[in-house]
Formats: sequence, structure tokens, C-alpha cells
Amino acid sequence: MTNNTSLSNSASRGTTVDAAPAPKADRHFDRKGLVQMTLLGLLLLLPVVAYFSGQIYYVNLASRITIIAMAAVGLNLAIGYGGMVSFGHAAYFGLGGYVAGISAYHAFDLTPFMTWPFSVPGSDNLLVIWLAAMLLCGLLALAIGAISLRTTGVYFIMITLAFAQMIYYFANSWPTYGGEDGLPIYIRNTLPVVDSSDALTYFLICFTGLILAMAITSRLMKSRFGAALTMARLNDVRLATAGISPYPIRLVAFVISAAITGLAGALYADLNGFVSPTMLSWHFSGELMVIVILGGVGRLYGPLAGAVLFVMMETFLGGVTQYWQLFLGLVLLGVVLFAKHGVMGWLAGRERNE
Amino acid sequence: MSDIVLSLQNLNKRFGALQATGDVSLDLKPGEIHALIGPNGAGKSTLIGQIAGNIRPDEGRVFLADTEITGMSIAQRARLGLGRSFQVSSLAEPLSVMRNVMMGVQALQSHSFRFWKPVARDRHLLEPAYTALERMQLSHRAWTPVFELSHGERRQVEVACALALKPRALLLDEPMAGLGPEGSAKLTELLETLKLEVPILLIEHDMEAVFRLADRISVLVSGSVIAHGDSQAIRQDPRVREAYLGDSDA
Repeated sequence: MTNNTSLSNSASRGTTVDAAPAPKADRHFDRKGLVQMTLLGLLLLLPVVAYFSGQIYYVNLASRITIIAMAAVGLNLAIGYGGMVSFGHAAYFGLGGYVAGISAYHAFDLTPFMTWPFSVPGSDNLLVIWLAAMLLCGLLALAIGAISLRTTGVYFIMITLAFAQMIYYFANSWPTYGGEDGLPIYIRNTLPVVDSSDALTYFLICFTGLILAMAITSRLMKSRFGAALTMARLNDVRLATAGISPYPIRLVAFVISAAITGLAGALYADLNGFVSPTMLSWHFSGELMVIVILGGVGRLYGPLAGAVLFVMMETFLGGVTQYWQLFLGLVLLGVVLFAKHGVMGWLAGRERNE
Repeated sequence: MSDIVLSLQNLNKRFGALQATGDVSLDLKPGEIHALIGPNGAGKSTLIGQIAGNIRPDEGRVFLADTEITGMSIAQRARLGLGRSFQVSSLAEPLSVMRNVMMGVQALQSHSFRFWKPVARDRHLLEPAYTALERMQLSHRAWTPVFELSHGERRQVEVACALALKPRALLLDEPMAGLGPEGSAKLTELLETLKLEVPILLIEHDMEAVFRLADRISVLVSGSVIAHGDSQAIRQDPRVREAYLGDSDA
């Protein structure tokens, strides 16, 4: 095998093809790890401290940050890694929320969600709800993506927005589940063994979800699928010329992205005990985009950094002035102009593209 | 028929009133370089587009070996063994050379819906890509990001990307464009040995390279092949001289 001889020759010359050379453990590398661990550590530690000093409000605030971060992790997979600028991710966040809400509503009333062609009862089991939320969001994204991904650029942005708005108005005008008034979840949906109604427990559930979403994204982007998706973003002509059609790769990434955001939506509804069309509105799609851009597009920890910054500003600045979004705008302007790689790029240095 | 690797049969393409491709038939045999030359605006790019799959011909058929590929997508053609390089380099610049070349290997092995195993330690991807790079004498640059490469090296990477597909035929669109005399000579040398493994359809402006490399030459003017033969015959063909001299007069 000429293949093998050439390889062993090159190995004996001291080069190797085993793997990409490990990035040099330079200052940047350590800094990045440090920033990421600090971010995660604080997010985990502060709610624990708050809980044991009786400040439940701050525990719930941390849950809110965690859930929004998770929704942004989903969007980041589409925008940052896949180059698909979706302006309609509120559709999946809201659908996830409504799955939790509607399921709880029927479980509470002991009425079936539907009876034909087969009977589907409500459920207050979070595992069932999460699975259903992810499946339904994935299916919705499959349909929306299949059509939207035939367009690119500004048309893609507009068509994803249009689909999300259709769902928003549908929810708004469907009286069975509260219409524009929304739908309350009277009792938080439950998990076996652990007590989900406890604030800290619920935070830890959300935190685990966020870590899983980030771990899956990371692993995914290192795989063959991730390699193809990266190439689809950077140069789809190259990908096609190499023998891989970009369209199905993008579509699958879009579906996974929506499922993650949908799961976050289900968690959000249970956190608030309430779901309303606001979760589906284009404002929220915009906020998620702002969070991804603030944190750093295509950075693994970007959505988390962005969500921390966004929710903090909303909570603390918003408590001082109702014009807090003016300051958000200024920060966004600063990031876009001076820190192109977002807060994470600014704090942790540029990312190697390998 | 069976020893012809690539054949175009009566291709026609019109854009409105413009006949961009007029009844073009050509073929590519194993072990040869078939050069396609023609003055600017002769319809070379349109013709390549029809072979590679980004332009659909109005009439006519394209075969890769015995398989008709006329209606296939770019990716399908690539998987069947049609490798191509572009006139303007089309690599993913932030990525390493290896990551660019690996894409073709990945496409050949199976579908890309593999979500778990990291590519950075996947021998089945790395080794064939490395071999393709060695073939183009670029293995020492394997982990260099493309944006750090010279123009000539990028040309070599493009060919290596095509080789990663284990192609049955190569379609090289002006590979010498923008290369200095040194780079041009090096690439010429590489292509000369490469053609024994993979026949090449070469679209090229550099006449010196064409006359040195090509076993056969077809001359495209106004969308049609006006002359066809070896370099000796083409040099002496009065119609070719007229097309080129007329072009330089204008």
C-alpha cells in the first residue's frame, strides 16, 4: 500500500497525521478556560448562596438567565455555526412553552388533548413534556426550514420571521388556550424523585439542561456533521464541489437548533407558571439575536455571556429606568463596533478555527 | 465508449439571443490532458458550468464514464468522481488546508450525518487527505490556515481537494491564472505526472502551458468548437490564428 509507506515515511521524518496539532498552551488558551469556568462557576454558585440566604428571587433570576442562555445556545447553532440568520426562533421557544402549558392544562383538568385519530392525554411529567416539546419544535423547524432554506440572506431572515409571526397570531387568536391572555400553569409540572417546585432544584435542572445543550453543540461541531456545517457556512460551493449537498446539512442543524430552543421554552413556561403569545413574538426573536451577538457569534460560551449581560441589564437597569433598552443599544453598538467577536471574544481572546 | 471518461454530447445553451454554447461535443480519454482554449467571451465558463452542474444545458447530454450526469446536482457529480478546481480560488480560508481537503474524503466515505466522533482524530479522514496533499507536494502545509498560503499554494490545495474525491476526471479551470512563471512551471510539472492517473480537462489562458501539457486541444469561439487536434495542428490552424489575431486586433 503506497498509502501506508508514505505515511510511515512521513512519520519517521517526525511529522504525524494522527491528529491536529494541539493548540499551544499559551496565555490565550488559559485565559479562555479561566473566563469560561468563572462564568459557569458564578452562575452555579450565586443561586446556591442566594437560596441559603433566603433570596428566592435571585435563584429564579439565575434560572431565567440559564433558560434564556439555553434558548440562545439553540439559536447560536443556527446563526453562529450554520450561518443561518433565523429571525423566527421565538416560534420554537413559544411552542415549547405552549407544550408545557397545554399539557399541564389538560393534566389539571383531566381532559384529553385530542381524541381523534388517537387519544392523547395531558401530562404533568416534565420528562414527557420536554420530549414532546423537542419533538414538536423539531417537526415545526423541519417544515419551516425546508421552505426557508431554499432562500438565503435577507430573504431567509424575512421568511423565518413571517412563519414565526403566523404562529404568534394563531396563538393570539385561539381562545381555547387563553388567546392573547395566555395560559397559566397552576402547579409546576413534576419530575419523578426530585421536587421541581423547589427553586434551587429547578435552577439545577435548568443548569443541567444548559450544560447538556452546550456539550452537545460542542461535540456536534467537532464531528463530521459539524465539519460539513462549518463548510456550508464558510463556502457552500466548496462543500457541494467536495460532494456534500449543503441543504440537508443545514436543515438538520436548523432542526437541532430549534429543538434546543424549544426545550428552553418549556423550561421557561414552568419557571414562570405562565405561557403567553409574548413568548412567540418577534421581540423575543430579536432579543435572542441580540444575546447571541452580544456574547459572540459562533462561540460556545457566547450565548451564556450574552444572556447574563442581557438579563442583568434588563433586571437592574430596567429597575432604575424604563428606558434601559437605550443602554442595551449602546452596549450592542459598542460590541458590534469594537468587539466583533462579542463579549466572549473580548474577554477570552479570539477562537482558533480548527 | 467504455474507455472515454467524460463526454459531452451536442450541448446547447442559450441566454436570450446569445448562443453561449453551440452544439459542443468533446470527450476525455484516460491518461490525457485535453485543453479547452478560446478568447474571452467564447463561452468557456458556461461550458464548464454545464459539466460541473451549476448550469443546465438546454439540449445535449453529459456522461461521466457510462453514467449520464446531465441532470445531477454538483454534489452528486462530485461523488461519482468529477473533481474540479475554480478560476477564482474557492477554499474556506479560515480553515486549515487539511480541513478543506478532508471534505472530499468525508463525502466519499458515507453520509455526513455522523454527530459524535471528532474528525480531528479520525484516521479514515486524515490519511486519505494527507495522501492527496502529498500528491500535490503540500503535506508540510497540512495544518496551515488557507489564508496564510501563497496564491500558488492555494491552487495546489484546490487540486488536492479534487484529488481527495478519487476522481475519474478532473476539470481544472485556469489553474495557472495569477501564478508567476515559477509557480506556473511547478504546477505544469505536477499536472504532467497527474494526468497518468486522472485525465484532465484543462481550461487555460497560458498558451505556453497548454502547448506543453495538452495531448489534444479544442478551440472554442463564440460558443462552438472551431478546431480540434494536437498542439501542432492547432498552432497551424488558420481559423485559430484568425480567432486569436482578430481578438488581439480589436
